[in-house]
Amino acid sequence: MRSLITLLTGSEKNRPASRFLRRFLSNPFALPAVVMILLFVLIALGTALLSSFGHQWPCDPNLTNLEQKLLPPSSLHWLGTDNLGRDVLSRMLHGAYISLTVGVVAVSVSLGIGVLVGAISGYFGGLTDQILMRSVDALLCFPTFFLILTVVAILGPSLINIVVIIGLVSWTGTARLVRAEFLTLREAEYVKGARVLGQQSWKIIMHHILPNAAAPILVTAVLGIPDAILSEAGLSFLGFGVQPPQATWGNIIADGKTYLLYAWWLNLFPGLAILIASLSFYLAGDALREAAEGRD
Amino acid sequence: MGSFIIRRLGLSLVLLFIISIISFFIVTLTPGSPYPWGELNPKISAEVKANFRKKFHLDRPLHEQYALTMCDLFTGNLRSIKDDRPVMLRIMERLPATLALNVTSILISLSFGTLLGVAAARYAGSWQEITGSFVTFIFIALPGFWISYLLAIVLVTTFGVPILGTQSYGIDFPNPAAEWLDRLWHLLIPATVLALGGIAAQSRYLRATMIGTMREDYIRTARSKGLREEVVLYKHALRNSIRPIISGIGMLLPALISGAVIVENIFAYPGMGRLGYEAVLERDYPTLVALNFVVAALVLLGNLISDILSAAVDPRVRLE
Repeated sequence: MRSLITLLTGSEKNRPASRFLRRFLSNPFALPAVVMILLFVLIALGTALLSSFGHQWPCDPNLTNLEQKLLPPSSLHWLGTDNLGRDVLSRMLHGAYISLTVGVVAVSVSLGIGVLVGAISGYFGGLTDQILMRSVDALLCFPTFFLILTVVAILGPSLINIVVIIGLVSWTGTARLVRAEFLTLREAEYVKGARVLGQQSWKIIMHHILPNAAAPILVTAVLGIPDAILSEAGLSFLGFGVQPPQATWGNIIADGKTYLLYAWWLNLFPGLAILIASLSFYLAGDALREAAEGRD
Repeated sequence: MGSFIIRRLGLSLVLLFIISIISFFIVTLTPGSPYPWGELNPKISAEVKANFRKKFHLDRPLHEQYALTMCDLFTGNLRSIKDDRPVMLRIMERLPATLALNVTSILISLSFGTLLGVAAARYAGSWQEITGSFVTFIFIALPGFWISYLLAIVLVTTFGVPILGTQSYGIDFPNPAAEWLDRLWHLLIPATVLALGGIAAQSRYLRATMIGTMREDYIRTARSKGLREEVVLYKHALRNSIRPIISGIGMLLPALISGAVIVENIFAYPGMGRLGYEAVLERDYPTLVALNFVVAALVLLGNLISDILSAAVDPRVRLE
């Protein structure tokens, strides 16, 4: 473990980065979670890259073969085939790409809005703060998934709509957190110093406050990814996610629900994939949070 | 306490106003046709379209549309596109089932969450506690629809028990008690699925605060008096760590209702979540506006109650 930390931070001395990393890795779930996340990213990007070169492994996710429908897992189809004879493993590999895209893009959107609103609210305070925070309070009363479903249903389901909408409704937590960070950091000596020197507000925000609030923001980002993945899976399951024939983990389960009692592989494997992917992000996020809070 | 409640009520009214704006505009401003039959359907005459526009005030400017829709909502003039019944009536029909489901689910989250949280604080750092915390993370990461199906398979194939709806049909119950037990059973399965996330969240909050409380001097005093560890934990430590649990109820509600959209649909449970999904499928915009509003207002009410409860158990809250 020590050599790994040295390798990553370049020094074994008590630098903040290496202390942070040591705290992070002292959580027993941190390393397995990071390995699973890397594996997930590798699978998603690898599949996308291979298919962009026209090469499908193990086979084309949309290739139907009605003579081979609903086959249980075998050496030919490792995770079985679905009701149209499509290979479940291939479909799940392509589903990984969708899940990763949804997670990363939705979180980027929500992070952008959340940081902006939180920064304005926390830095300027007063009436602006009141209006923004009361809107956040009101938005927090809405059940996120139902709100997403409502908007997706009206707007029409597509990958871009889904990620944008998930991002647009899930920024409230980030905004609250960034605001709280700004409220404390605003009173810090170095921020007051910068203000006395006559620096512009946006420069103080960008150069002095935001970098010091980076750790908690990173934590919310990591914890936001599995939320988005689960929302997309739920939408796909209800038929309002990324549309067929594009495979997603949620719609493989939805397609398989008619054959639930005898084609268990259509339910079990994609469900496990969703569970393991979101679990890894939650565990990594929690380990990051503990490390950021400075608990050894 | 009086002034605290008045301040909280005032704030809630402001939030209710913002909620009504959001729930109206989120449906109205989203691009897409307001017509359930499609914008360019040639079979619909211009007259029908004009009537439709007039009925839902689509011929007025946006702010008037908002005001008129909200008036209609409360006077019962806002009618569903599907069956032309007042939207409020349709929602109120589903309210008892939804309340039963949510209250059961919250009770399950609270009781199991508290037990798990106290145990986690007691054995913090041991391998049992680490395993337990891993399990709570699984609860959070489980897709609700997946675990519902797995449960359904296991319960139906191995035990052969009915699980759909609010009660079993086609059975003559020998006495009312049996009928109520049957209803309770049908309530318990979706409620448990919905409660999983809540159990995890509650136990994690409680563990964090309990570990802080356990370092206090009065806990050491209680221990040195020779009190049993259970008494120290549940009577001394838990009482002073209960606040995050109560304010957590308010945060559980939106997640519960979100989850209910899927879980009620799978278990054919006639609550508001299922109504919402049906409205989405039918593009029933008046129902969607009303449902988003009513659900958010219920959550607001839940928050208000949990704030007042927090203030009742912990006087420090009143001054914040």
